[in-house]
Parts: sequence; C-alpha cells; structure tokens
Amino acid sequence: MTAAARRPRVGRQAVAGWLFVTPFTVLLVLFLLLPMLYAAKLSLYRSTLVEGEVFAWLDNYRQALGDPEFRSGVRRVVLFGLVQTPVMIGIALVAALLIDEATSRFSRVFRLAAFVPYAVPVVIGTLMWGFLYSPNTGPLSSLTDVDFLSSGTVLYSLGNIVTWQWAGYNMIVLYAALQGVPREVYESARIDGAGAVQTALRIKTPMISAALVLVTIFTIIGTLQFFTEPLILQPLNPGAITNSYTPNVYAYHQAFSYQQYNYSAAISFLLGAVVFVGSYIFLFATRRKSALR
Amino acid sequence: MSRPARTTGGRIASHAVMALMAAYFLLPFWWLLVASTKDNDGLFGSAPLWFSGDFELFDNLSLLWRHDGGVYLRWLRNSALYSVVSGIGATAVAALAGYAFAKLRFPGRNLLFAALLGLIMVPATVLVLPTYLLMSEAGLTDTVWAVILPSLLNPFGVYLLRVYAHDAVPDEMLEAARIDGAGELRVFRSVALPAMRPALVTVLLFTMVATWNNFFLPLVMLSDSDLFPLTVGLRTWYQSATLGNAGPALFNVVVVGALVAIVPLIVAFLLLQRYWRGGLTIGALK
Repeated sequence: MTAAARRPRVGRQAVAGWLFVTPFTVLLVLFLLLPMLYAAKLSLYRSTLVEGEVFAWLDNYRQALGDPEFRSGVRRVVLFGLVQTPVMIGIALVAALLIDEATSRFSRVFRLAAFVPYAVPVVIGTLMWGFLYSPNTGPLSSLTDVDFLSSGTVLYSLGNIVTWQWAGYNMIVLYAALQGVPREVYESARIDGAGAVQTALRIKTPMISAALVLVTIFTIIGTLQFFTEPLILQPLNPGAITNSYTPNVYAYHQAFSYQQYNYSAAISFLLGAVVFVGSYIFLFATRRKSALR
Repeated sequence: MSRPARTTGGRIASHAVMALMAAYFLLPFWWLLVASTKDNDGLFGSAPLWFSGDFELFDNLSLLWRHDGGVYLRWLRNSALYSVVSGIGATAVAALAGYAFAKLRFPGRNLLFAALLGLIMVPATVLVLPTYLLMSEAGLTDTVWAVILPSLLNPFGVYLLRVYAHDAVPDEMLEAARIDGAGELRVFRSVALPAMRPALVTVLLFTMVATWNNFFLPLVMLSDSDLFPLTVGLRTWYQSATLGNAGPALFNVVVVGALVAIVPLIVAFLLLQRYWRGGLTIGALK
C-alpha cells in the first residue's frame, strides 16, 4: 500500500483516536493532574492571619520533617510494614503453594475461603475484627488473656486485620504465577527425587520471584497509606490510636479537624512522593524480573 | 496431567494447614452470622461464637430498616447508585481509551500512554484533599457527583483493557469492517466490544466493588448523611455506639447492617469468580 493511499485512513483514525481517548484524558486532567498540582501549590503556601496566603517555600516540609507527631507516625508505619508485610506474604505463599499442589475439592473450597475477605469492604472487615477483639463482644481476649486494644498491642491487632483481608488476594496472584510455570520443570525435579516441600521451596518459589516482587510492592504502597483501619478502630481506644497514629490519619485530621490545609497537603505530598518514587525505583531495579512493563 | 502420588502423611499435613487457615479466614463471617441473630443484650451476654437461644435476626432487620428514620435503606440505595453509575461510566471510558491505545494510530498516543503509566502509581492519599478543595470551589461537595465523578477515572482499567484488546481484537476484522464502509465508532461497537467482553466484565466488576467499598473519598466529600454510602454510614453508627453519645447503644443494628452490606458482595463474588481471578492476572502477570 502506498503512502498516498494510506493517508486518508490514518487521518480518520487520528480523529477517532483522539475522540476515543478524550473522556479519559479529561478525567485524568481533572481528577489526577490538577489535584496533584494544586496539592503541590498548597503545600508551598502558608495561611496567616495578617497577610492571608503567603508563599512559604519549603517551610511546611521543614515543619513536617521536624514534627515529632509526624515522625512517630512514619516510624509506626515503617515498623508495621517490616512486620506485617513478610508475615502476610509468607502466609499467602504457603497457601498458594498448598493449593498448587493439592487437587482435592477441599483445596478449591479453601481457595474461596481465603479470597472472600478481599471482597468485603475494609470498613466492615475492621468492624468485625473490632467486635472480635472487644472483651465485651468477642471471644479473643478471654481465650488468650490478651488486651488486643491496648496501646502496646493495637498495632499488631491492626496488622492482623490487614493480613486477614489481603492474604487471599496475594495468594491468588501468586497461585496464578505458579500455574504459569511449565510443569516439566517440576517433573524433572521429582524424577531427581526431590520431595514436595523441597520442590516448593527450592524450585517453585524462585520461579515466581517476579510475582513476589509485585505483591510486595503493592503491600508496601498500601502500608504507607494506612488509614481506614486505624480510623475505624479509633473510638475503641482513642488514647492508643491518636489523631497522628499514621501519616495519613494525621494528614486527614490536620485538614478536616483543624483546617490546616497547607500543612496537610505538605504531609500527604511528602508521603505520596515517597510512595511514588519508592515504587518506581523498586520497579525499575527489578524490571527485568517483574512483569509490569 | 498425571501427578506422582504423594505420601498420605504429606496430604494430611497439607490439608490440616489449609483447614486451619480456612478457619482463620472464615472466623469473622461466622461471628457476624451468629451475632446477627442476637439482640443487643445477647451480643454482650452470650458466648460470642455460638447462638444465644433466641433468634432475633428478623427483629434486628426490622430495627435496621427503621433506625434513624430508615436511613439505612437510603445508604443501601446510595451505595448501589454510586457503584452502578461509576462502574458503567468508568468501564465505558476505559473501553474507549484502552481500545484506542491498542488499535488506533493517532499523534500523541505514545506520549499520552506514557503519562498514564507514569501516573498510575500516584497514591489516592495525595489526591483526596486537593480534589475535595477543587470540588468545593466548584460547589460540588455534598452532592452525588463528588463521589461519582472521581470514581470514573480508572487508569488501571485502561491499562488492562489496552493489554487485553491488543491480543483479543483481530486487526483483520477491524480492517474488513472499515473496507465495508463502517465508521470508527461502528467498528468499535460491532467488532472490538464483543471481542473485549470478558475483560470488560472484569473491569466493570472491579470498579463497582471498589466504589461499593470506597470509604476515604465519600468520607471527605459528604457531610449530609442522606448521601452517605453504607461504609461511611455504618462507621458513624459504630462510632456513636462505641462512644455512647447518641442515646442507647444499638450494636445489634450495626452488626445486622454489616451483614446486609456484604451479602450482595459475597453473592457477586461467588457467582463471578472467574472474572475476579481474571482481573488479578490479566494485567499484572504475563
């Protein structure tokens, strides 16, 4: 086909192409680009009684970095991530390896049982665990003699809620990756006399490292933005779950309880930048392995 | 596919681990089911994981419909409205864009798609406050649009549908339809859409469930309790029951409200398992 014959059709496609992506582009600008730029701008200003909004350079960021409440929130989510992420990914991996190996009907029922918490709103998952933790309505504290809502334990109790809600989701992603590995790889290991546990640990797990990287990134992203679970459980022990419990809870209360929009924007922008840059560095560093192209 | 027989001991061990894990995942649901048959005193006075002897489920339900002037039914309707409108809208927008990115040649296509990939990771956290302030300038906070409009944007759905359309929509059929004189919109409707159907259902399902479950956005955007979705509404009830600042604490209403809110999700989940798993695996892996 000559260039001259092709041109009119490409022209028609160009118009159609633009028309087709217009709704998406408009939404992208209105609800992603514009708010992001607006947050950036807000974070560089300060609201004063005398002069109104004044340009304050990076003052809000400097304040945030030196703010003990913000810093303790950051420390808390980092600690949370360091403990909860490996535990949850570990459970998900074990579960995925088990359902990959077993072919019984029970393993299909198990797959459903593990995945169903993901379908429940975080608000309701947290409510249910809140009732289960409470010594008045739940069995857990009388069974174990542990106060699940004290300031020393509530972080772990929150970690359990997140693990419960997301382990099955991660299990399905890992299971799908396991299913994608050619069976011959396992068969030859078996012929060499490797047992089921050995095959799982030495062969299957390394084969799905790309998927493991992916679910780890998504978990870390979620962890840094930790918000709904602590906010819902807050009335059960407001002394333990403070208004600055996590950076996101802090940003929320700064904006909507104290009307400190500029400071709130700086906190969430800082947090967002860490998440954004962090996940891209992570993705880039593991690009060859990871499948997110 | 033949698998070598495993030792019986190994099978028992692996099934025991699965049984233990399944008990953990199902425990809260069992508790919720049992608790929804108890009245408020029964919640506090009987064994948490077993029935109390009375069966109060229907009384609880009728209490739920009447509590606070029947506002729960409004919340249920709102959740349904937000998730259906956002789900259909977002899927339509993503289908058009995903198809165009995969199959149409237009200047700026690669640039725009690169922008999408760059922005897909922007965390929602950063966006909620400025979106609220912008909405408030536009006078749209405390309206249904404040929840629906931002939910129409689904960059991951566009990405997923682009990946899917790339392989599933045959170029020859598009070309043949064009030679037959079909306009681009018609080509899209009669050739591309049917071929993209499984992925469209997945995106629709995910957007609907995400909107049904959304909490942060409606929490910030809405202050009129008549506009609340279930998530925000139940949280306000739970909060006032726990803090005890709104008259008699009616935990049984919260419990049965939570049950009613997740029943449609569990039904959708069980009926549409194929599509759930599809969504987790199409875009992310392979």
